[in-house]
Amino acid sequence: MLRQAQHERNLECAAAEARDLVKEFDGKRAVDGVSLTVPEGSITGILGPNGAGKTTCLRMMLGIIDPTSGTRSLLGHDRPIEIAHQVGYLPEERGLYPAMPAVEALAFMGALRGLPLRESRRRAIELLRSRGHEDWARRPIRTLSKGMAQTVQLLGTIIHHPRLVVLDEPFAGLDAINQEKLEQLIRDLAEEGVTVIFSTHVIAHAERLCERIAIIAEGRSVFEGAVDEARGRLRPIVHLRTRAEDGPWRTALPQSAKQVGGEWRFELPPSGPEPLLKALIDGGAGIETLSIERPGLHDAFIAIAGEAAAREMGHVPAAEEAA
Amino acid sequence: MKLPETIRAAFVIARRDFTATVLSKTFLLFLLGPLFPFILGIGMVGIGAQVDRNAKAPPVAIISSPQEFDLLMTARARLEPVADSLPLTELRHVEPEADLAAQRTRLLSSESEPVMAVLDGGLAAPHLTGTVTGKDRTARHVTLFVDEARRLAAHPPAAKVRLRIDQARAMAGPQAARRVQTGRIGQVLLFVLTLMLATMVLSQLIEEKSSKVIEVLAAAVPIDAIFLGKLFAMLATSLTGIALWTVGGAILVANLASGGIDALPVPAVGWPTFFALILIYFSMSYLLIGATFLGIGAQASTAREVQILSMPVTMAQLVLFGFASLAVGQPNSGMAIAAAVFPLSSPLAMIARAAELPDLWPHLLALLWQAIWVALILRVAGAVFRRSVLKSGKSRRWFWRRRPA
Repeated sequence: MLRQAQHERNLECAAAEARDLVKEFDGKRAVDGVSLTVPEGSITGILGPNGAGKTTCLRMMLGIIDPTSGTRSLLGHDRPIEIAHQVGYLPEERGLYPAMPAVEALAFMGALRGLPLRESRRRAIELLRSRGHEDWARRPIRTLSKGMAQTVQLLGTIIHHPRLVVLDEPFAGLDAINQEKLEQLIRDLAEEGVTVIFSTHVIAHAERLCERIAIIAEGRSVFEGAVDEARGRLRPIVHLRTRAEDGPWRTALPQSAKQVGGEWRFELPPSGPEPLLKALIDGGAGIETLSIERPGLHDAFIAIAGEAAAREMGHVPAAEEAA
Repeated sequence: MKLPETIRAAFVIARRDFTATVLSKTFLLFLLGPLFPFILGIGMVGIGAQVDRNAKAPPVAIISSPQEFDLLMTARARLEPVADSLPLTELRHVEPEADLAAQRTRLLSSESEPVMAVLDGGLAAPHLTGTVTGKDRTARHVTLFVDEARRLAAHPPAAKVRLRIDQARAMAGPQAARRVQTGRIGQVLLFVLTLMLATMVLSQLIEEKSSKVIEVLAAAVPIDAIFLGKLFAMLATSLTGIALWTVGGAILVANLASGGIDALPVPAVGWPTFFALILIYFSMSYLLIGATFLGIGAQASTAREVQILSMPVTMAQLVLFGFASLAVGQPNSGMAIAAAVFPLSSPLAMIARAAELPDLWPHLLALLWQAIWVALILRVAGAVFRRSVLKSGKSRRWFWRRRPA
């Protein structure tokens, strides 16, 4: 009860906030007025196709680059670098010193974030041991596989027990098992009250993990809010199979209804399921199966960002997929 | 971020860079670096000697009696010590024949036993024939040999002179000349080290930019801390190298040079102060040039771009070195003072001065002046670095790329 209350209170204050962020590179606008609020203790996903401006937004919010215009604050600080010791960051393009042993790489990342070196080394060994990777400790990064190195860098992101963790495309390059481990780590962090922001172009990860999402397309934020709110923008979808081919029941279907492989698909009318059901029965449809499906984030994304953005992210609209 | 936090972060980065460099195999190569020119020098001298031997000039044929030829050879032997490393003209005895003109022609045209020239007529009326003029080295040598041989014939030396030698170290004339050499060596050492290290720090930065570590650093600490950390790590690395070279060099000199370290020309300010000044001036020179290189390097994203950008800077460095080397040997001249005042050449000019003149106050003044410039250049280069390293900061458009309003 107390934890729930704490959680609700946290959601009221912003761990990260951006207002009208604009970034131009050599006169070209990469980010065009992005606004974003990330409540403390939440898991927020930033969705968008490659080149949408997700990384640039994250870099501006972290203070790695300055915005051309607009404001941002991180854990209540206007200058993010001042609060760097409470933030963990995993960049999209992973960077570790190849000759450094894993334990030293972790200790270095901890020291960068303000930990005394001795304490940082202790935590590095503890982190590797707790995840069953103690045999990696003395191995130089260059001898580790890509996935292993990525795990080391991820551990380096949380070695200093940050309040906010920012992960840029954290699932890229990981196999299915490590993706699952990472999802669990993100859940564990949120459980401990850590705010997690991650960017991804895989909607399934966001759907499984996030409470909130921001959709960025062509440098603009086209949606920002709770996942349910995004889904709520679409009406539930009705899937209907009937014995009768035709009859008065057809008037109960909306004009947008489409027949895909002997099944009718259409948005549930605003009047709800009961009048629809009655009209179908009275019209002699001979209902074989009827299901009402809540729209997924995938559908919501297409509805919000457009089919072009979905295609760029490798997501085929449902109708095409069925065809 | 507050200053102590920036310094702490810079220290973390410097410590990483320092240990990564000093514990790497390349540092061993770096330490062995000064041996390469030495080995190369010995090799070149050896090759040069071999070339000299192979390219030995043919002798001068002496048509004379054996007695006169002996006198000429004795004269040549007496003159040999003053010739130092330059070989004297070789002589070959030929018995006179009836037809002197024919003998002369035959000797000069012989391909199996070529000669430079033919001397006949004896010591009384010497006559040199060949493709030589009076100003040629061969003609001058033969003239000297004949003069000396005549003198020996008239007054043979009674006994070989034994010269009593007392070595004196504190004579002003030779000391001053040797101090100029010390100054020049100090200057070259400073210049080469600075250039080498500034290039090294630049390559390291490029490596980090290409391996994306720079983004991890930039997210965690202020860019100023990265800049200072990298700069001071390389300074610490180079000072470690210098310390090891100094110890190694001192051991070598003590064991190999006759008279040990005492055999070297003592700089005007004395060895301890000279060493201290070398370290300080090297640090100043490195900070001035290294900061400039880092500022420039931050704008490049590949090693090729670095090469293109650093080429004009290296050329400018060479000009500065040339400018500062004009001060060697005349430490109070206008040129020397100008080189000492211009911040980028000041450390080079002042180290030469330390070898030649004993006053310390100009060094204090120069160090203060250089420190001001170090602070200024660090600030400007740091700002350029901050703006360029991740394309951060306010965007600045150069006038030729400005868009019309």
